[in-house]
Amino acid sequence: MAEETTNPPPAETPAAPKAAPTAKPASPASAGAKPAAAKPAAAKPAGHAAPKGPPLATLTPELVQLQQQFGESVITPAPYVGVLVNDPSKLRDVMTYVRDQLGFDMLANATAVDYIKEGYIEVVYHPQRSKGGQPITLKVRVPRGNDPVAPTEVAVPSLTPIYAGAEFQEREIYDMYGVRFEGHPDLRRILTWEGFYGWPLRKDWHEPYYEGDTKPFDSRWPGGHHELAEERVPWADNVNYPPGFDPLNFNANPDAGLYDTMISGVPGVEEIASNGHAQRSPQFKGVGAAVPVLDRNYNNLADEEELQTDQIIVNMGPQHPSTHGVLRMVVKLDGETVTDLKLVLGYLHRNHEKIGERNTWLHNIPYTDRLDYICGIANELGYVITVEKMMGIKPTERAEYLRVIMTELTRIESHFWAIGFLLNDLGAFYTPALYFITERDLILDLFESVTGSRLMCNYMRFGGVSRDLTEDQLMHARQLAFDRIPRKIDELEQLLTDNEIIKARTIGVGYLPADRSINYSLTGPCLRAAGVPYDIRRVDPYSIYDRFDFEIPVFYGADVYDRYRVRVAEMRQSLRIVQQALNQLDQTKPGDIQAGKKAYNHRVPAGEAYGRVETPKGELGFYLVSDGGQNPYRYHVRSSSFINLNSLKEMTVGHKVADAVVILGSLDIVLGEVDR
Amino acid sequence: MGLMGTGILKGLGVTLRHFIDTYAEDLKYILNKSGVQQPRPLRRQSPKNRGLVTVEYPRERLPLPENFRYIPFLVYDTEKQDDKCTSCGICAKVCPPQCIWIVRTEDPVTKRPVPQPKEFYIDTTICMNCGYCAEFCPFDAIKMDHDYELSYYPNQEPSARLVHDKARLTKPDTYHASIHPTDWRRELEDRAAEEAKKKAAAEAKAKADAAKVSGGAAPSGAPPAAKPAPAAKPAAPAAKPAASKSSAEPAADAPAAPSDAAQAGESQ
Ligand code: SF4
Ligand code: SF4
Repeated sequence: MAEETTNPPPAETPAAPKAAPTAKPASPASAGAKPAAAKPAAAKPAGHAAPKGPPLATLTPELVQLQQQFGESVITPAPYVGVLVNDPSKLRDVMTYVRDQLGFDMLANATAVDYIKEGYIEVVYHPQRSKGGQPITLKVRVPRGNDPVAPTEVAVPSLTPIYAGAEFQEREIYDMYGVRFEGHPDLRRILTWEGFYGWPLRKDWHEPYYEGDTKPFDSRWPGGHHELAEERVPWADNVNYPPGFDPLNFNANPDAGLYDTMISGVPGVEEIASNGHAQRSPQFKGVGAAVPVLDRNYNNLADEEELQTDQIIVNMGPQHPSTHGVLRMVVKLDGETVTDLKLVLGYLHRNHEKIGERNTWLHNIPYTDRLDYICGIANELGYVITVEKMMGIKPTERAEYLRVIMTELTRIESHFWAIGFLLNDLGAFYTPALYFITERDLILDLFESVTGSRLMCNYMRFGGVSRDLTEDQLMHARQLAFDRIPRKIDELEQLLTDNEIIKARTIGVGYLPADRSINYSLTGPCLRAAGVPYDIRRVDPYSIYDRFDFEIPVFYGADVYDRYRVRVAEMRQSLRIVQQALNQLDQTKPGDIQAGKKAYNHRVPAGEAYGRVETPKGELGFYLVSDGGQNPYRYHVRSSSFINLNSLKEMTVGHKVADAVVILGSLDIVLGEVDR
Repeated sequence: MGLMGTGILKGLGVTLRHFIDTYAEDLKYILNKSGVQQPRPLRRQSPKNRGLVTVEYPRERLPLPENFRYIPFLVYDTEKQDDKCTSCGICAKVCPPQCIWIVRTEDPVTKRPVPQPKEFYIDTTICMNCGYCAEFCPFDAIKMDHDYELSYYPNQEPSARLVHDKARLTKPDTYHASIHPTDWRRELEDRAAEEAKKKAAAEAKAKADAAKVSGGAAPSGAPPAAKPAPAAKPAAPAAKPAASKSSAEPAADAPAAPSDAAQAGESQ
């Protein structure tokens, strides 16, 4: 906890004079950054915290060791948390050391923050040990530049050779912030389409219908008259066309770059990698970042000289039931065998993070339900405990128990769903799925009667939960936890575990060994099915999980079958937790569900935190930066579904196309969280 | 792996059991039609049910839990013949997608704000049904509804559409009481407690006044009993009747709605 919590002491404390000089050496490195405009410590909460001479982090032993190794000129303490790598070109050396010498073998999270006032973008990494413990924080700064289309001039070395799990995360940073990554194998946009104008998470990027930087919007009250956003015609004056863009004469093929990367020998991959982004083509009219021109006939790949065999590229999705939502898998097939696979994401992208930065702290809670909508309550818990960490408050005892009960029921419910649909992917259409959906719905009945909604529960509050359970609801929960669900899990195993067809289809399929899984930042049941007992409830306990007696089930097959078995075993463990929590709930005071007074206008002290929870899908992290105001300055969601997808290619290549569907099913992704 | 095929047989056994359970459950229902049992949908959805849980919506409907929340509505105080909303604007502030728009009433003469909304819109196309508005409204003036069937035909008049104006949003407190009995009881208790407190305070004040100036206690002691809230009310009546007449819908709706609600509540 020590490292990741913020340092609340204000800048005026004796710590401040010490902080200012040490902060100095940090700025020269960030070339274009205005030399630490730290002095005029604006007392106003507006603006980012950095210029106020924020408190420096107390370094953990690992970071001290790192600093000794590389010297104070390379590694300096960063504001609030972690260290700053002053020279981006040293980043790979530092990270290699972090991975190999310090044992942080897994890149939990990588993201960026746009400090527009200071003129730089800060890329933030959170490596962690697969053995457990807190992640450490490393940061790199690059000048952001002011060209709305060009990515940053200074490139950050890509960490993909060190952590394979960095691939999608770096693409996301590139897509959202325009940070170039040197040496990235496939640096294209990932959540928006190739050709999107601008870098949407930068603070100066505004969308059509832009209303204001922060909520609440002035237009609503007092004296606000309703207007429908879509009645402000899309082509009217609040939409800014990119320079040179002509909507009537628009032809882009955003997929050209994608297909090029799948055809060997075509300048595509190399070109993109060396330039950091694709070249802008002369034929391409207008829109922002570049797309290579489509000048080959992709429908007829057999004729291409580069592909001597009859390999074909097939698009699966984005609207195919087997892709679990709007996910598009582009597979290169040799006969029926998958030889290459690329994912096209972002069909459900709504820039959750940008919305989150406009929202107030409280507004964000119901939005987190919409991330992974199968397990909304688990997402809320992640967000709420991160903010509580920053605010330094604790929920009441009863609220803690209620949180655990609801979250673990969510896990059971989500695993039921995952297993049911895995069976669908195997071709067992809907009979097993519907059996499990029944159980899930009984759990959702409880959620509905307690919180008012089945999926979008909006149950957690800072310092508590929104509602207590009545006697009837407790009864329902007990019936489920002690009687119905244990019986149904037995039945599920009876139905499936020994089934020969299931075994034949899943054993050995989608194999990804433990070391690769870790390198890919795979988390959740998939990692535990590869023999790594990594569960945040144990390795970095939060809430009151340390009070319960439960096990972390681990299997060693690293294939689809063991992912299934881990989920079943986890449901049993979750039941144990729910049962214990329900029994201990009597010791708490009924109705005491909110610590302090319930408020809607929270202010969170300036600082930052990375908080995480174990959702049914894996590690869900929230990286939050506060400038002391009512709205988060940065709101990043480390989504497990998104990062787990990173490893799909390695799991799938070499298998049959029918297995690709099953492997995807075994990852158990939810597109609401992948695309955000 | 054991004998080849045993796993499949076991699995088939499970499906067969489900099949039989469902019919057994239905049989019980038919034999028991005399009404000894719970209504069918309720029973079907209970954790004790072993068969199929399907309910044939819209012919059968599940009773909604009291906490169920859908698009909010404004509560109209039938006793005082007045909107409960004071247009304080808190709901508009806490609304995450910012779908509430409020226009305050102004006193036509003094131009001072009157604690009553002139216009009130909720854009239900973007309302996320989070329930914050109801949770944070300090006056219990906005509540979450149970009516989830809001679709309309394109040729219907605009008032049926999904931007709800004040007339569409306003529903009488009797309706609120019928769908949220627990909440309503709490409100009544709160109100009673507050009144008792006020009364006690007034009495204490009267006593203190009486102790101070034995003569002037009576005239000053009586009015405080109806102190802070009504203070604004006497100023309002000028505007009030006009306002509630001009937006005549709520009044017209008012008698109809509760019976609808009662039906909806019982039609399971
Ligand atoms: S509904 Fe409640 S919160 Fe909203 S303006 Fe009226 S009184 Fe205020
Ligand atoms: S339910 Fe939520 S989204 Fe809807 S009006 Fe109320 S606060 Fe706004």
